[in-house]
Amino acid sequence: MADEKKNIMDEIAEANKSVVTGIDEKDILHWIHISILGKKYRVPAGLTIMQAMEFAGYRFIRSCGCRAGFCGACTTVYRIEGDYRLKTALACQTRAEDGMYLVQIPFTPAQRANYDIEQLSPSIESLLRIYPEILKCLGCNTCTKACPQEIDVMEYIACGKRGDIEKMAEISFDCIQCGLCAIRCPAELAQYNYAQFARRLHGKYQLSIPEHLQKRIEEIRQGKFESELKRLMSAPVEELRKIYTSRVIEKE
Amino acid sequence: MAELKFIGGYPEYMRQLIEVVNKTRPQRKDYTPKPMSMEEREEVLKLCHPDFAPGGKRQIMFGPNAGDLAPNEVVDLLEAHPLINPDEFVITAPDFSVDLLIIGGGLAGTAAALLANDNGVKAEDILLVNKLRHGDSNSMMAEGGTQAADRENDSPVIHYIDTIGGGHFANKPEVVEALVNDAPFVMEWLCKLGVIFDRNPDGSFVEKAFGGGSRLRMHACRDYTGLEELRVLRDEFRCRNIPCLEFYPAIEFLTDGNRVTGAILYNLETGEYKIVQAKAVILATGGFGRLHIRGFPTTNHYGATADGIVLAYRVGAKLRDTDTVQYHPTGAAYPQQIIGLLLTEKLRGMGAQPLNIDGEAFVYPLEPRDVEAASFIRECYVREKGIVTPTGMRGVWLDIPLIDVRNGPGTIEKSFPGMFRMFKRFDIDIRKDPVLVFPTLHYQNGGVETDPWGRTNVEGLWVAGEVSGGVHGKNRLMGNSTLDCLVFGRRAGISTAQYLKTNPSFGKLTLEHLKKYKKMMEEAGIKTKRKAPILFPDYRGKAVLARKIDIF
Ligand SMILES: Cc1cc2nc3c(=O)[nH]c(=O)nc-3n(C[C@H](O)[C@H](O)[C@H](O)COP(=O)(O)OP(=O)(O)OC[C@H]3O[C@@H](n4cnc5c(N)ncnc54)[C@H](O)[C@@H]3O)c2cc1C
Ligand code: SF4
Ligand code: SF4
Ligand code: FES
Repeated sequence: MADEKKNIMDEIAEANKSVVTGIDEKDILHWIHISILGKKYRVPAGLTIMQAMEFAGYRFIRSCGCRAGFCGACTTVYRIEGDYRLKTALACQTRAEDGMYLVQIPFTPAQRANYDIEQLSPSIESLLRIYPEILKCLGCNTCTKACPQEIDVMEYIACGKRGDIEKMAEISFDCIQCGLCAIRCPAELAQYNYAQFARRLHGKYQLSIPEHLQKRIEEIRQGKFESELKRLMSAPVEELRKIYTSRVIEKE
Repeated sequence: MAELKFIGGYPEYMRQLIEVVNKTRPQRKDYTPKPMSMEEREEVLKLCHPDFAPGGKRQIMFGPNAGDLAPNEVVDLLEAHPLINPDEFVITAPDFSVDLLIIGGGLAGTAAALLANDNGVKAEDILLVNKLRHGDSNSMMAEGGTQAADRENDSPVIHYIDTIGGGHFANKPEVVEALVNDAPFVMEWLCKLGVIFDRNPDGSFVEKAFGGGSRLRMHACRDYTGLEELRVLRDEFRCRNIPCLEFYPAIEFLTDGNRVTGAILYNLETGEYKIVQAKAVILATGGFGRLHIRGFPTTNHYGATADGIVLAYRVGAKLRDTDTVQYHPTGAAYPQQIIGLLLTEKLRGMGAQPLNIDGEAFVYPLEPRDVEAASFIRECYVREKGIVTPTGMRGVWLDIPLIDVRNGPGTIEKSFPGMFRMFKRFDIDIRKDPVLVFPTLHYQNGGVETDPWGRTNVEGLWVAGEVSGGVHGKNRLMGNSTLDCLVFGRRAGISTAQYLKTNPSFGKLTLEHLKKYKKMMEEAGIKTKRKAPILFPDYRGKAVLARKIDIF
């Protein structure tokens, strides 16, 4: 029996090998060719750009963070053989395709301003004082096309120009600050930094601290739960277990 | 073998299996399997949970935790040589002399910097160093939310009970008390900094249920909670001009023999080292998912390699609860490109059902994480009813379309924009098709032991966030770890600021602790060539490595 159990874990490790310790060449059924910084490599089909580069021998230091589409570290610009257009992608969330010419942009030297969030108002004046260049947007929509999160970047910039901070915050919410919009913008804007600023203004000034939260904070300050907590902290496990198993579960 | 034909993101043979799922869906609309009894739970855990199945762990042989069990992959790193040789290494004059050094820029480290600064440590006297960019971390990826007991029918007392019950009553009481009491203050702080939490029309927080909780307590920012929290804290950090170094991992502490007095940093691009001298050090390096314990894929970011535990153990810090690891039941098992990535628990909360190859609902969808995960493993490897992917992985279906069947069309797209987007990138439409899932390595339950202020048993060393142990006992609840980072990051910031007010002096910079460590290793009879910390996993192709010539 003990042996059998151990086998399960070994079998799992074996089955997971392709993502944990790398694929064996003999197990690869389909190959594609990609070009990394102008050099051609043969890699298995079906990997992300990031995994394909690793298979080719790259060990990332830059251009690799969360590996899951949340951090924006892996911004990539590419072209497909025979097509003149430059495309943008996240290397960790995009399948490598035959004929890709790849380069990664590990860093965006975009301008961001410092400010004291306590000394502002959620208004067009604040936005224009901190980031006056936002008015230079040409309305070309290149940023929207470049965004891997499919955010309507041009629209949130337009909201900013109108002073609609709330809308700007809402539209830009899924931004992972990858910088691809800024890299492509002919007006040299740093859209995602303006969006960050707008979201903070919205969160701080246009949303209030909920009453139920303030009330709870007051109760804790007055020590309302102190004695009960202290009692539980030294209660025997049997008693705690009893309290735990007799909890009433609130439903949504 | 012939070229695989793909239809809507799936190869033909999986398409046929999906037909089976489609066929059983109408019957499952109003059917949910019964929860397991305590005995059934125990049985499946013993048989199929990676923590309980034999093998995989061994005893730590020396140091403060000698005799404790930990995963082999972790013990391997404790039983490893430093990257530098303490007998030859030259400690130059410090390149940086700061009051406070913070190692790791996730939620914990960033919160610590802000609170230290609020409490009188000048920005220029702080240095935050990070292995990747500031913010490339597990914190960034938190989807589900953050707990805080702030509703009328809830209280810190109930939060306390939920937390220790989830942790199998092994949690350290004083730190849990701090966690639950500080939670509402953390929420207020985040709101004041401009974090946008989901709100009801009347301005109150939207709060959701979660596995193991008895009240609606989960505060979310769409399905991007960690992203929103951390990008706001980081923006504030930058506004205050607090010095920060990126791509500069700490590879070793410096001590005067006992007290931590600084650290050695490593420039990942040039290979040059830098010496930092500090009066106080906060370690906030996060977890260890990238060690791939027992060969499991992981949800964690690229830098989650247990560096913090290694460094702390070498200066004599005490660890705890090293024997359990959290596996999340629903990691993606297909397509290849996203294996291991997280599919949030909320999917099952809203009606998605786990199914086997026959389209059969084989388990109650909301068992505790460990039980749910073990039952998936049993279905695939004992009952042989899993679905095999083109790369040989096995998994079970998660029938996401059932959410729309049960809650009305449009629910999936509205409630899970991030998830919908992720699968769409690989041509899979989760409104129409189920996805394949298998347990994935998610969270480091244990870590360095601290008091409620993040202080360790080593002078000069504070710890906060996932690298710490105690607050979650043997098992963490969803929404308690972002909270953990914020609560103890803040507390470590306050505590170091208070300590610095006593005007401590800089200590001597030596590697005496490494010499002691080397001796302990020798005495324990450990012979190895392993070196640690490893900093990153290595995913390079084997064929390339076999032909590599090391010149540079
Ligand atoms: C996919 C996913 C989803 C999650 N969802 C939730 C959720 O819904 N709710 C919740 O509460 N929790 C969730 N968690 C857990 C939670 O996000 C983490 O436990 C927590 O954010 C960890 O924060 P941290 O600051 O301790 O570490 P991290 O955020 O990981 O930050 C540590 C930083 O230190 C750096 N570092 C590592 N080693 C070194 C070194 N040697 N030198 C310098 N820097 C170093 C790392 O690169 C990283 O940037 C989730 C985790 C993951 C992975
Ligand atoms: S808005 Fe810009 S920075 Fe944000 S995700 Fe889109 S392209 Fe990236
Ligand atoms: S790319 Fe620049 S100029 Fe063009 S729409 Fe976007 S912000 Fe405006
Ligand atoms: S590595 Fe984080 S988005 Fe790709």
